[in-house]
Amino acid sequence: MVESPSAAALPQPSGRSQATQIPLSFHPSFKPDEIKIDVENLGIFYSDGTESLRGITLAIPKQQITVLFGPAGGGKSTFLRTLNRLNDLADVVSLEGHVRIDGEDILDPKTDVIALRRRVGMVFARPVVLPMSIRQNLLYGLELRGDRSESHADELIESSLRSAALWEEVHDRLNEPAVSLSGGQQQRLCLARVLVLEPDIILLDEPTSGLDPISTGKVENSLQMLKRNYTIVIVPHSIQQAARIADYAAFFLDGQMIEYSRGPDLFTNPRHPKTQDYVEGRFG
Amino acid sequence: MKVSRAAQRKRTQQYGFWGMTLMAIATVVPIVMIVGFVFAQGIPGISLEFLTAMPRDGMRAGGIFPAIIGTFWLTLGTAIVAVPLGVGAAIYLSEYAPDNRVTRTIRIAIINLAGIPSVVYGLFGLGLFVLFLQFGTSILAGSLTLAIMTIPVIISTAEEALRAVPSSFRVVSVSLGGTKWQTIRKVVLPQALPGILTGVILGLERAAGETAPILFTVASFFLPRLPSSLFDSTMALPYHLFVISTQVPGMPVRIQYGTAVVLLTFVLSMNLIATVVRSRARAKRQW
Repeated sequence: MVESPSAAALPQPSGRSQATQIPLSFHPSFKPDEIKIDVENLGIFYSDGTESLRGITLAIPKQQITVLFGPAGGGKSTFLRTLNRLNDLADVVSLEGHVRIDGEDILDPKTDVIALRRRVGMVFARPVVLPMSIRQNLLYGLELRGDRSESHADELIESSLRSAALWEEVHDRLNEPAVSLSGGQQQRLCLARVLVLEPDIILLDEPTSGLDPISTGKVENSLQMLKRNYTIVIVPHSIQQAARIADYAAFFLDGQMIEYSRGPDLFTNPRHPKTQDYVEGRFG
Repeated sequence: MKVSRAAQRKRTQQYGFWGMTLMAIATVVPIVMIVGFVFAQGIPGISLEFLTAMPRDGMRAGGIFPAIIGTFWLTLGTAIVAVPLGVGAAIYLSEYAPDNRVTRTIRIAIINLAGIPSVVYGLFGLGLFVLFLQFGTSILAGSLTLAIMTIPVIISTAEEALRAVPSSFRVVSVSLGGTKWQTIRKVVLPQALPGILTGVILGLERAAGETAPILFTVASFFLPRLPSSLFDSTMALPYHLFVISTQVPGMPVRIQYGTAVVLLTFVLSMNLIATVVRSRARAKRQW
């Protein structure tokens, strides 16, 4: 399946011409006002040639959980990091196509990246709490924004921690160092820290990969609650998790999107042979 | 057969272990001896008068107050110049500089600067500050010369401290809507601060004890009054020690060693502060 680098570097048209490209009819169809993120023919190439993306076209619906899954190195994280322009920190040599959030192309050089990142929160694979108290961690994003109104902050802290299913465990120890929390609690704190900024979209990159099953369950439950208010895009850490939580699922392989469909359909009835192989565990 | 070979290996390990222990002890012995010897010879010379009076009798009596004050001002002056420049350069190199030829050249320059003999700095200071810029032999010229010598030390230790801060902190801060500078100011710098401080103190400590850079730029042989401006020259402890040890006949030993005790105490207490700062920060560190 690994293609030669020269083939990978060629910009490819989206559509039917490519063997590995799915026919557009495989896409779920959304009404325009159901779409939160509209990705059109996205291509990314790193200077070292790793994890590039080619011809990604998909529409991510509002207030649903969209799962991006596939073997490691397929470009899922790269895709995720494009949605909040975190790839700006990496060594990207070329970027093509469009990513529209609420109709606005965020790849446009004029985009206010800082404001974008406040609207598009991100939770990483390893919980990274900042070396400060639980409370300071939660308020960090507000502080960056220059927002220090205390009473408002308390409400936000409580509601965010409740949404992340962490309030009961930490409400009486908010001033303790965040590292004193367990790994699972730290990851939920990272989620709550994103929620404090009241984003529209939450990106999660294997958020439960380091967590025990109970913490994983708590995070997954939180996501089910959160999707009422947020658009969630997640790279799951296992195909089981993908199947459990996906409203919509996209299968990524070697920098391309192979298949995109409603979650239950994709996992019970994959159409593309490669998706079938992966879902049934024949590789990956 | 097997057993005896194992026993032999164990014995070899024992010898090796003892050998290394001896070497470790051997490195400590000279330090203890130097400090012990200097203090034993010098403590009788220490008195309130010695610390607070002007030298008299061609420095054979009285105190070393102007030299103490001179070294204090020189160290302070060095800090005022070297700390902002050194830390600023370290922040640039660690956080902003792209990995290109210019950056590599800067790094090589810094490494080489750290290796230049201090007397060459002294000569450079004489040429640039004292003569060309016409600061004269002055605290200003001396501080600037010492600062140039100290900056590379501060840059390299500060840069190392900044790089030790996990990059995940930076990514998270940026992902929460932080600008680069906010990230540096609120996360990276506070975490690196103890390491930076340690480097700063060690650099200043070296500046405080150096003789060669101040020789041509600020230090006076005998000046029994306190400096009143940046453009005054002054006595300073290391140079004073050199002078009374080699240039003045009939100098009482207790004054020589008393001066050494004061200089050593000054430098060692800075060292102690650095150690305390570092160990406290390590205990508090959360990563």
